[in-house]
Amino acid sequence: MNRKRRLTDSLVNIWMRGGLYIILAIPVFIGIGLYWKAAPLLNEHSLTDLIFSSKWFPMKGEFGFLPFIFSSVYVTLLAFILSAPLCLFAAIYLTQFSKRRLLNFMLPVIDILAGIPSVVYGVWGILVIVPLVSGSIAPFFGATSSGYSLLAGGIVLAVMCIPYMLNMLIEVFHTIPVGMKEASLSLGATHWEMVKHVIIRKGFPGIISAFGLGIAKAFGETIAVLMVVGNTLNITLSPFKAGYPLPALIANNYGEMMSIPDYDSALMFAALLLFVVILIINLFFRYFIHKTEKI
Amino acid sequence: MNRWKIIEEWFFKIISFIAAYSVVLILLYLLIVVFNKGIGALSWEIVFSMPKGGYYFGGGGGILNAIVGSFYLSLGATVLAVIIGLPAALFINVQLIRLKRTQNTIRFFLDALWGIPSIVYGAFGFAVMLFLGLNASLLAGIITVALLITPILVRAFDEVLKTIPVELQEASYSLGSTRTETALKVLFKQGFAGFITALLLAFGRGIGDAASVLFTAGFTDNIPVTLDEPVATLPLSIFFQLSSPIEEVRQRAYAAAVILTVIILIISVSARLLSKRYSKNIIK
Repeated sequence: MNRKRRLTDSLVNIWMRGGLYIILAIPVFIGIGLYWKAAPLLNEHSLTDLIFSSKWFPMKGEFGFLPFIFSSVYVTLLAFILSAPLCLFAAIYLTQFSKRRLLNFMLPVIDILAGIPSVVYGVWGILVIVPLVSGSIAPFFGATSSGYSLLAGGIVLAVMCIPYMLNMLIEVFHTIPVGMKEASLSLGATHWEMVKHVIIRKGFPGIISAFGLGIAKAFGETIAVLMVVGNTLNITLSPFKAGYPLPALIANNYGEMMSIPDYDSALMFAALLLFVVILIINLFFRYFIHKTEKI
Repeated sequence: MNRWKIIEEWFFKIISFIAAYSVVLILLYLLIVVFNKGIGALSWEIVFSMPKGGYYFGGGGGILNAIVGSFYLSLGATVLAVIIGLPAALFINVQLIRLKRTQNTIRFFLDALWGIPSIVYGAFGFAVMLFLGLNASLLAGIITVALLITPILVRAFDEVLKTIPVELQEASYSLGSTRTETALKVLFKQGFAGFITALLLAFGRGIGDAASVLFTAGFTDNIPVTLDEPVATLPLSIFFQLSSPIEEVRQRAYAAAVILTVIILIISVSARLLSKRYSKNIIK
């Protein structure tokens, strides 16, 4: 081997290794960076104080994140309840009951829809869901609502999660060996019984993981929710009232965060909170998937 | 078969049929509504002119600044992501090919990184920006979006590279090539279709993302000339115009939403077509 080739080889090697290390270091740097910016707030208040207090008066230096955390969890759960069964049954239909052609048509369509920016989902939410909530759903339950509500946020989030979760569920169902399904059918099981006893049972870890990752995605979604959720501080069980999820808090106040002391740390703390929660959920369920893929 | 079994069978078949088609219908409905509302407001002026005075109060002009800004931003970020991500993906599949466990661990971390919401990247980009002493600018936006799309690019490219048989690499080594030559001349060529898909996927994600550039890119009515000027992006432009109380401005937000959707659709469809076209050259 001549020297030039050897030199290129070692240089490119360093480049490749460097690239990989940079990427793997990203989450570490995100953690450190956000903690560094949130530190002033964490020094003054205890963690439990920040999370469990509902007093939010930035001007007076009181930062209680409970209303935001509550709204985030509420909207996410609502989105999950609305989208999870739909996705599960749709995935079952597409992989087990329908013709192969429909699935082949649907897969790219789902992929493309998953790539549509969240701001477009938000526009749709404002055009369709907000009037729907204020005009039909709220009056039906005897409530009045401006439409910009937790329910609207939940519905828009649910629709956003559909392509994402559906895609993962279809993948999960594809990993189940055909032989197992055939064995079940040959013993006289109906199609649904086969689905119930083989597909759902065998794919259970995968289904749970897909749901978990869907929840994580919904929890961190920003723009689309921000546009329809109303952005008012509220701790309420009524889905027709406005809410104020964590990501919306960060996105809405970036303009004024430098003018109030500690406000920027508070927003960075919110980002840190989102980062930690979502990273943990992701790591947990991804680990679940990796474990099951090997078996 | 008893009667309950048949009822149960039909009940769940119908339920899942309805679920599948309602998913299709909901998503179709979404596209129809957005297009229907926006097409009416769409005009050449919006696409091809800059905002004129009083634009956000109903004045004339268009959103060329945001369209071009989004392209600049996403292009810069994609270039940066390729510089870091391409060698990383090759590294996983060449140098680490015998270390299955390490490979899987890396993939596992990248997958987890994919799930981190863009607002977190945005906040982190803001911290980096302060740390480096930058202002809200094209450069800061590019760095932030690059952080966001690099894991996507790597993972999507890696997904294709890992299907390439090891024998191909072994053949390359047996002819005396170095690891670098194997990586760039054999593996990269073989996975080129996947690379194009990954590239366009990352690019599309960069154009469509709003939350990450909210802090870092700023907003302006001009097209930036240098890296330290602020830049307007299409999603933010939609977002700002939509919060206006003036009906005419909101109409233009709907038009901008159509433009953004069309751009994204073009990118994802061409990703598919290109990857099909380039996969003809693959050695099977």
